[in-house]
Amino acid sequence: MAPRSLLVVGNGMVGQKLVDLVVGEDRTEAWHVVVVGEESRPAYDRVALSSWFEGRTEADLSLVAPELLHHPAVDYRFGRVVTDLDTDARVAALDDGTSVAYDELVIATGSTPFVPPIEGRDLAGCFVYRTLDDLAAMREWAAVEGRSVGAVIGGGLLGLEAANALRALGLVTHVIEMAPHLMPQQLDRPAARMLERRITEMGVHIHCGMSTSAIEGDDAGVRSIRFADADADADPLVVDLVVFSAGIRPRDDLARRSGIEVGERGGIVIDDSCRSSVAGISAIGEVACHAGRVHGLVAPGYEMARVVADRLVGEGADGRDPGAPSTKLKLMGVALASFGQTVADDGCDELVFSDPIAKVHRKLVVDATTGALRGGILVGDAEGFDLLALMASGDVSTPSDIGSFLSPVSTSSIATVGPDALPDSAPICSCNAVTKGSICGAIADGAHTVKAIGACTSAGTGCGGCVPTVNRLLRSELDRMGVTVDQRICEHFAYDRQQLFDLIRFHRHRSWSEVRSAHGTGRGCEICRPVVASILASLANGYVLDGDQAALQDTNDHALANLQRNGTYSIVPRIPGGEVTPAQLIALGRIADEFGLYTKITGGQRIDLFGARLDQLPAIWERVLAAGMESGHAYGKALRTVKSCVGDTWCRYGVQDSVSMAIQIELRYRGLRAPHKIKAAVSGCARECAEAQSKDVGVIATERGWNLYVGGNGGTSPRHADLFATDVDDDTLVRYIDRFLMFYIRTADRLQRTAAWLDELEGGLDHLRSVVIDDSLGICDELEADMARHVESYECEWAATLRDPERRARFVEFVNAPEAAAEPGWSRTRGQRVPLPTTRREARV
Amino acid sequence: MTAIDTTTEMWTEVCDLDTLTPDRGVAALLDGVPVAVFRLSADVDSSHVVAVDHVDPVSGVGVMARGLVGSVGVRDVVVSPLLKQRFDLHTGECLDDPGVWLRTWPVRVADGRVLVGGVAPPAGG
Repeated sequence: MAPRSLLVVGNGMVGQKLVDLVVGEDRTEAWHVVVVGEESRPAYDRVALSSWFEGRTEADLSLVAPELLHHPAVDYRFGRVVTDLDTDARVAALDDGTSVAYDELVIATGSTPFVPPIEGRDLAGCFVYRTLDDLAAMREWAAVEGRSVGAVIGGGLLGLEAANALRALGLVTHVIEMAPHLMPQQLDRPAARMLERRITEMGVHIHCGMSTSAIEGDDAGVRSIRFADADADADPLVVDLVVFSAGIRPRDDLARRSGIEVGERGGIVIDDSCRSSVAGISAIGEVACHAGRVHGLVAPGYEMARVVADRLVGEGADGRDPGAPSTKLKLMGVALASFGQTVADDGCDELVFSDPIAKVHRKLVVDATTGALRGGILVGDAEGFDLLALMASGDVSTPSDIGSFLSPVSTSSIATVGPDALPDSAPICSCNAVTKGSICGAIADGAHTVKAIGACTSAGTGCGGCVPTVNRLLRSELDRMGVTVDQRICEHFAYDRQQLFDLIRFHRHRSWSEVRSAHGTGRGCEICRPVVASILASLANGYVLDGDQAALQDTNDHALANLQRNGTYSIVPRIPGGEVTPAQLIALGRIADEFGLYTKITGGQRIDLFGARLDQLPAIWERVLAAGMESGHAYGKALRTVKSCVGDTWCRYGVQDSVSMAIQIELRYRGLRAPHKIKAAVSGCARECAEAQSKDVGVIATERGWNLYVGGNGGTSPRHADLFATDVDDDTLVRYIDRFLMFYIRTADRLQRTAAWLDELEGGLDHLRSVVIDDSLGICDELEADMARHVESYECEWAATLRDPERRARFVEFVNAPEAAAEPGWSRTRGQRVPLPTTRREARV
Repeated sequence: MTAIDTTTEMWTEVCDLDTLTPDRGVAALLDGVPVAVFRLSADVDSSHVVAVDHVDPVSGVGVMARGLVGSVGVRDVVVSPLLKQRFDLHTGECLDDPGVWLRTWPVRVADGRVLVGGVAPPAGG
């Protein structure tokens, strides 16, 4: 049977979601999809638009998988609009003169920002905030010398996002809201006050209850904003750039022209199945008007896309109310959530928690008769949102002690009460609308890791906020199925790494034999021995090869060098921040030349010298140390490198001295032993040349200080780091990194990078912030003291080795023939010495 | 396996017992043949000092003495530092690949000195 034709008009976030769902679930190839998008580029993440100024690229923001652009079932027409519809013949005419016949048409043209009819709104320097082109134009305008102040007209969700963009551009930022407080659609006054305090602290100027009467300026552009009701002699607000964000208007003109019913205040009227008044035509996203309301958020739009996709390719059973108004987001770093009914009416009581010191405001609306939770608002701390939203929707019954959910510290989330209590219909991943039922189904079908569950259901692949819950659900389901979830690190210790760490720390063990005899069995193995070595090193920071620790180190640590496949080693001297003197370069060149070492630049701005025999290592290191360099710990699960760009010392765009900061960080944490290697980077401006967002610890300079990112990773599962703190000064930055790293070292699993650790950390990034910034566990003093001890007792392991004849004596190939050495075979490639090729064998997994 | 006559004088002195770190290996040359000698920690009941081939049969590279020592159940093992196959230190058997093994060598401790005995048994013996 020939496929039917689906025409999707509009390629924004919601339109693309529909395409993904239809193509992904269309197993019978029932549909051929034509997508008409007005912009010249594929759909991108508008919610994260301001991150474009913080360094994300267009490719990072793209929502269209590259393979989809060449998918046989999808035909993208970018830079085109539909000009006319023949709804009887079911044919759409495009502006390039072509026409497309359809069986089903979905309108997803979104909305346009509403620009109020204010005098001067057309002056140069006035912008709207919607597309990447808008952002590019803003950036170009703001880049002109002397333009330093920007204002956003509109203090709603999008307006605050736009304000974030202005901050990222380095502008002094004002937000002007006509209502008495910010976000009047979602927040009540006390909640908004708390948000205002938080945002004001970031240096943004808030003006509420102010109505703009005119934008003043001349041919050169905007100069100032004049307010209504202001004293006649009051000074206008002097600005160089204005962004309008005063609400949205559905782009429903095509529907109006085609006789499709639109709402009183615009928007294509749809029913619960997202059908319009005309057969064969549906509408989703911000162009749609459901139950008299146009939603300006992406979550309801995604829900609509799912409803339509289910109707087209699915069983159609999973349809939910497309307008369920619940939202949780980070706005300028402030956690914000609202769900269900946010204002109490006659039949309701309000429970309010307000902490002006922590700047947290939480309100719950509870049915006065039944005690059932109806809705709420959370500002500054959205802990527990997932569970509260489920209570408000009736998926989970409201406990009688709902009051205890008010204070964020005592609040339970799904992750803590256990997902067992939830019904199968409960949504776990709100980004991709995955229910508990689908996740449990995937687990039953053999998906036994969080990653595998993500691959079959998409759960956890959006914002990642639900990963701890998915993980928890996975464990309890496996438990129920009788599949043993063995957390023990190996047959010799019945503990996971964190438990072992706590035991060693508590009992102050200093040696392997103490640890093994107190807590283990047998002789140990290649798994537990290095784990214990790493923990002992993290806690005591002595020479890693002294005492019985020598027998714990895997070969790289044992030789303080990296074993290569022909039995020789490579060495990597530390080059802090990637800064190297000509004299050091010459010295390294001489050493490599003399010992015949193959030389390569690493990805971390260092130099790797390959092909040293075990017995040559001390002589080589003597020369390296003499050149003023030290061990780079490339052989250890430890801090590796802190990459940097050249910073404001040289760069025309740099705003901070990234090299000095990178060196400071590298020297502070050098030699720090951890569950896995740690990489860091420091960028001197938002252009992010040091690629800090792919590191465990990433630092990006701002006009006012540093933004700290954590949990990034390259490698097989790349992960962008999460923004952890903004605009912090040097001391705060170092203090946060101290705490972050020590908390990671204490609690991570063996060989777990910070990215995976953060994904599995219960409570996720919010919990991490509460531990590291707010000291919610009361351990920050300890963490800092542990780090101070490390910094104080650090010593270059190679200097320590060469100083001590006994340590040095370990570096012989044959104990009974110190002069003999097994020289492997060599060949030459591109002028350098390399091992002879050999046949590959499989490594043991 | 060929029986080795331990009564003859075919013993090569390797090192002092005191210089061996428990549960760590050293390499030695036995008439030009590299062997790996391990002192097993005394707090675990087992033969005290053992010797196996230094050359890893999987990679053909002399690295076994640099491997980590451990146990699998009641068996003492050394793990190849290259591709992590485990070998029984007393029998030379590979726990992960039945196609390869290490030869084992007799060891004697006399007057605090470690001696490894015999000429190389026939390869593959």
